[in-house]
Amino acid sequence: MSGAKFVLALLIASAAVFGVAWWIGNAYVFFAGYVVLQYIALATAWNILGGYTGYVNFGTAAFFALGAYTTVVLHKLTSLPLPVMMPIGGIVAGIVGLGTGYLTLRLRGAFFSIATLALAVVAQTLITNWDFVGGSRGAYIVRPATAPLLGIDYVQYLFLVMQGLVVIVLATARAIERSRLGYGFATIRDDEVAAEASGVPTLRLKLLATTLSGAFMGMAGAPLPYYVTYLDPTSSFSLAYAVNGVAMPLVGGTSSWLGPVIGAVLLGTLQQVATVTISSALNLLIVGLMLVGFVIVAPNGILGLLRFRGGRVRT
Amino acid sequence: MEMSLDLLGNAVVSGLLLGGFYAAVTIGVSISFGMLDIVNIAHPAFIILGSYIAYIANTMLGIDPIVAAVIALPAFYLLGAAVYQVYFVAFERRGEEALRGLAFFFGLLFITEVTLVLVFGVDYRLVEAPYIGPSLHLGPVDLPLRLLVPCLVALVMLGALQLFMSRTFLGRAILAVAQDQLALRLMGANPTRIKRIAFALSIATTSLAGAVLIVIQPVEPSIGRDYIGRVFAICVLGGMGSFAGTLIAAIALGIVESLTATFYGPSWAPAVAFGFLLITLAVRPAGILGR
Repeated sequence: MSGAKFVLALLIASAAVFGVAWWIGNAYVFFAGYVVLQYIALATAWNILGGYTGYVNFGTAAFFALGAYTTVVLHKLTSLPLPVMMPIGGIVAGIVGLGTGYLTLRLRGAFFSIATLALAVVAQTLITNWDFVGGSRGAYIVRPATAPLLGIDYVQYLFLVMQGLVVIVLATARAIERSRLGYGFATIRDDEVAAEASGVPTLRLKLLATTLSGAFMGMAGAPLPYYVTYLDPTSSFSLAYAVNGVAMPLVGGTSSWLGPVIGAVLLGTLQQVATVTISSALNLLIVGLMLVGFVIVAPNGILGLLRFRGGRVRT
Repeated sequence: MEMSLDLLGNAVVSGLLLGGFYAAVTIGVSISFGMLDIVNIAHPAFIILGSYIAYIANTMLGIDPIVAAVIALPAFYLLGAAVYQVYFVAFERRGEEALRGLAFFFGLLFITEVTLVLVFGVDYRLVEAPYIGPSLHLGPVDLPLRLLVPCLVALVMLGALQLFMSRTFLGRAILAVAQDQLALRLMGANPTRIKRIAFALSIATTSLAGAVLIVIQPVEPSIGRDYIGRVFAICVLGGMGSFAGTLIAAIALGIVESLTATFYGPSWAPAVAFGFLLITLAVRPAGILGR
């Protein structure tokens, strides 16, 4: 399938999903569906760096929250529409990714991972001390009742916007997989020293992957203030985003764009159901246990299991 | 002027004591990450577990938290040996420690934290001991015993580990694993067994580190995350696996943090460790006493 056809297929699938959600006619479907879509975007963004180059980012929450807080700032200062705010949030998160990567990616991979963990703590400290965006008290955002131009309910609009982002992120991830860039990333994952010796510009590729991955996470976080209407540092920097960002691609399978989608739909839906029926702390425990269970028992995730049983899965 | 000099003196002294405590928190990571190359990011979660064990022993049985930690040492040692065994079989032997091994420890961190939340809730817990509260006064400088005792415990632990590493056969074998595993194998020793012992020791230190943590401050399950940046910053700055370097780096961070908290406010303190870590990684990744 060519890139254009793939995008078309994604758009048709998105329209079908929106249509089904519309037909069910329950506001909660859009509300819960938004979270699953957000996790598809986050997991795919994580996989661009983690799955393709093998560098583990534990700071998903930091990049995500940076996008969200960029929106808070823009909301207070301007009246830009949301689809314009998202790329700005993406740029801010991307620059932070580039900076962190520049300082740590020349060293062994573990240092980058540790730095991203610490980055989340520091970004949270900065936001907590920044009164303009509400500090530790948090910020309230008034959500319009209906979306501009379209006239549909605002939560449905957010759902639609997130669908658009998912299409962009998935198309990018798949295009990377099939390009020279993707092969470059794969050489880093398989043997960085050999890649460097063969003339692959490893540092430049790693920085590119980090920036792109961070930017998409920031874009995924940008609509969050309008979704929750009240944003505080503790919940926006929640470790749940970081653990889901790692768990979803690893449970689904990191080798292809399809893996994070499978992981995000599975774990995202499971958590939505468990939050309503059991408790939110317990469903996080389930995610943690699934992460540890899968990395030990099924190192290639669900995709790996499918390949193992039924031959090849064409993606 | 005299007022702020007093303030400065007190900040430096409490930073020194805090640094001793940070050394106790970090020494396990200096063994696992610095010597064995195992990126155990779940280390702070084990420390919080140690705090809760001390808390249970203290509130239910009335045992002194530090005595309780010493009693719990063998249990933590066994826990560490078990974790290493899983890590070895599932990741190290397959050569997959980079991506999946890291994710494994991240998962452990998360599971420990959430389990503690489910069992104990998110309230802050604290312990009671005769040295919590009173202070020694040396002129204008106060020495709070709740900081002094942890610092002394930390120094005793560091000293004991240093003696063990340099004087015993097993300790030297651990240092040898850190240098060259293949050579050790050629000598007829089993590096896996020695690594298991060393990793188990690193987890055993979290029992004591957790107890002194809950002596210093009230503990809730998620505060372990604040220590991830700190312990790795200290470990790297201290030169990865050098005990003396760990102590020096820990004291340096303690003093800088204490000064920041005194003059800019305590809510900025977590950012200091990260700044430390980034500057270290960018400027001198080999650390101050690095090889």
